[in-house]
Amino acid sequence: MTDNQNGVPVLLRPRSQRSGRTNYELYSWLFMRISGIILVFLVLGHLFIMNILDGGVQRINFGFVAGRWASPFWQIWDLLQLWLAMLHGGNGLRTIINDYAERERTRKILQYLLIFTVIFIVLLGTLVIFTFDPKIS
Amino acid sequence: MAAIPRSLYRGREGMWSWVAHRITGVAVFFFLFVHVLDTALVRVSPKDYNAVIDSYKTPIVNFLEVGLTGAVLFHALNGIRLILVDFWSKGPKYHRVMLWAISALWIVVMIPGFYFMTKHTFEQMFGGK
Repeated sequence: MTDNQNGVPVLLRPRSQRSGRTNYELYSWLFMRISGIILVFLVLGHLFIMNILDGGVQRINFGFVAGRWASPFWQIWDLLQLWLAMLHGGNGLRTIINDYAERERTRKILQYLLIFTVIFIVLLGTLVIFTFDPKIS
Repeated sequence: MAAIPRSLYRGREGMWSWVAHRITGVAVFFFLFVHVLDTALVRVSPKDYNAVIDSYKTPIVNFLEVGLTGAVLFHALNGIRLILVDFWSKGPKYHRVMLWAISALWIVVMIPGFYFMTKHTFEQMFGGK
């Protein structure tokens, strides 16, 4: 915040460092925009269907989920939504951790915790969609 | 006049929309984490899943859902605005106008959204049909 030349504010060096010779941060920036556009439709559609259509949240129960996931269309919708949202949100949090974690050790710990969480949630959600059993008791 | 040291992002609409984008993004991420866990209960038993989903139908959680929807909607609209700032040649020029446009759109969508999302809750709380 102190860099200043002739009263003109200067961009500080990004805290998300360039990793070696790859364009990782460029692809990350691009991914946020592409996944973001797709998520606008998937997530707002999901919220509209679940919270407003046909009585909204009051109609949701196990039978409702079973009916939806009988169709590959909703399975793919939810799978895509899960993956894109977790990667989009995980990448956003990665940037935020890089911005605010002052100590290198803290930063590393938070990043490992984040990557563990993202992998765990994506795998769990994927498993649930693919192994869903409507006859479970 | 001596130049006052300042950062690029101090104040005004540009910074505050950036702050709001971060806050709503983090909030939605944490909800998503919980939401995948509660949905995973369909692999445990219908009874356990229904018990958790029933809590989504209570008045307090219902209002939280409206808050979540508001956060998602802002993040989505501001995200589109961000993409326009980055890729549309006139984007940077109109970034402030676009912020007021998405704010207006947010209100226009949230009013009927609030009505339809909380209809049942209000009927439950104050009688009705």
